[in-house]
Amino acid sequence: MLGIFQIHEPDSIEEASSLLKEYGYEAAVYAGGTELLLVMKEKLAHYSHLVNIKTIPGLDEISFDPEARTLRIGALTTHRQLEHSSLIAEHAPLLAEMESTVGNVRVRAMGTIGGNLCFAEPHSDPATLLLAWDAVLEVGSDEARRRIPIADFLLGMFETALQPGEILIDVHLQLLPANAAGAYRKFSTHERPTATVAALLQLEQGVIADARLAVGSVGPAAFRAKEAEEMLRGQQPQEELIASAAESASRAADPVDDLHGSAEYKRHLVRVLAAEALDLAARRAQAEVDYD
Amino acid sequence: MTEGLIGQERPLVTISLRVNGEPVEAVIEPRELLLDFLRDRLGLMGAKRSCDTQVCGACTVLLDDLPVSACCTLAYEARGREVLTIEGLAQDGALHPLQQAFIEHTAVQCGFCTSGMILTARSLLQDHPRPTRQEIRHYLKGNLCRCTGYWNILKAVESVAGSGRQRGRVGEEAT
Repeated sequence: MLGIFQIHEPDSIEEASSLLKEYGYEAAVYAGGTELLLVMKEKLAHYSHLVNIKTIPGLDEISFDPEARTLRIGALTTHRQLEHSSLIAEHAPLLAEMESTVGNVRVRAMGTIGGNLCFAEPHSDPATLLLAWDAVLEVGSDEARRRIPIADFLLGMFETALQPGEILIDVHLQLLPANAAGAYRKFSTHERPTATVAALLQLEQGVIADARLAVGSVGPAAFRAKEAEEMLRGQQPQEELIASAAESASRAADPVDDLHGSAEYKRHLVRVLAAEALDLAARRAQAEVDYD
Repeated sequence: MTEGLIGQERPLVTISLRVNGEPVEAVIEPRELLLDFLRDRLGLMGAKRSCDTQVCGACTVLLDDLPVSACCTLAYEARGREVLTIEGLAQDGALHPLQQAFIEHTAVQCGFCTSGMILTARSLLQDHPRPTRQEIRHYLKGNLCRCTGYWNILKAVESVAGSGRQRGRVGEEAT
């Protein structure tokens, strides 16, 4: 059974923020609840005040700015909305593809993109893909708003750059250029993934102009495999190059032995998944293969 | 607020919702889980507590037609909304086509997963009346059955979906 708590229903970000400040460590933001209620049920954490931000209007909307070619995804957008949204299918099919694999159909119906990122569970699917995508997160409080690149937001296990009283408002995604594509690969034995890899490649006349490779689930937070990205830029996406880049990403990972598998096994998974993701991203960028 | 046994204040909320089409109003603590609300307050025992961590799907109910894990959803979350449990599926004494199909295809052994399976399938078919086998598998992936091996469950859902025989899809896709 859950411990005793009170639920607050703010009408605005400002009101939610002042509630969070007022109750400090006693308070938590309540969104989809799929992560929060689990840890509260397990008594790993207890909050006497849940601030239900679902009573704030407009936080679950997806919009597209055709001028800037950016998608704005409200923090309360559920995984299911992202899986099925026609805007996402049209402009960011890779995001829909990843979202369709989050948890299960019930988690996707309740869980939100913002809750997922703010909870910063190390096995987050969206974190890995959005890190490769260089998503920008807009956060706000009762005093100010600011934008944080996702690489500076995800600090570690259950740790983000959110300051006391700050709330994630939306996720900004720059659409990939026409000659770029991506792929998301993961391996799971439990409900949450054991290893996740996202690759984005931009190809110009058969040569990799830009490469972004993110690895998640195997360490405290998702990370970018910078050395692998450097190796890929300016080269043709040949099998040998992809194998070396995948090897580099695997070496860059710092996994630990746990229930998901041994560190050695996870390194192996990262190598295999990175090669698969890079290969698929390259084929998609050359329009050989479409998104699922 | 009310005074608890150990003197701690217990916040209360009043919720109104519809359960299987019937209006329900209750004064609850915000911490009450939807599963306990349905089983202990309303006596609806179809949703089962099993893994208790939203992995297995035995506690699945539909909240505004979407499947949720009642074990990890606050009853508070159902305020102003419509909850459907397996008890609400039959109409005027006639089993829902999915229930009938589960019987006909022997898609039930111990039955512990069955209400969750059927409600999840109901949600899929409502959105997507003619899913492919792959789509059914994807949607039902989060509902675990330790008896049947899933085969008859897939067949039962397909038979209702009409995605199967008429459209020549059964066995078409690799399993």
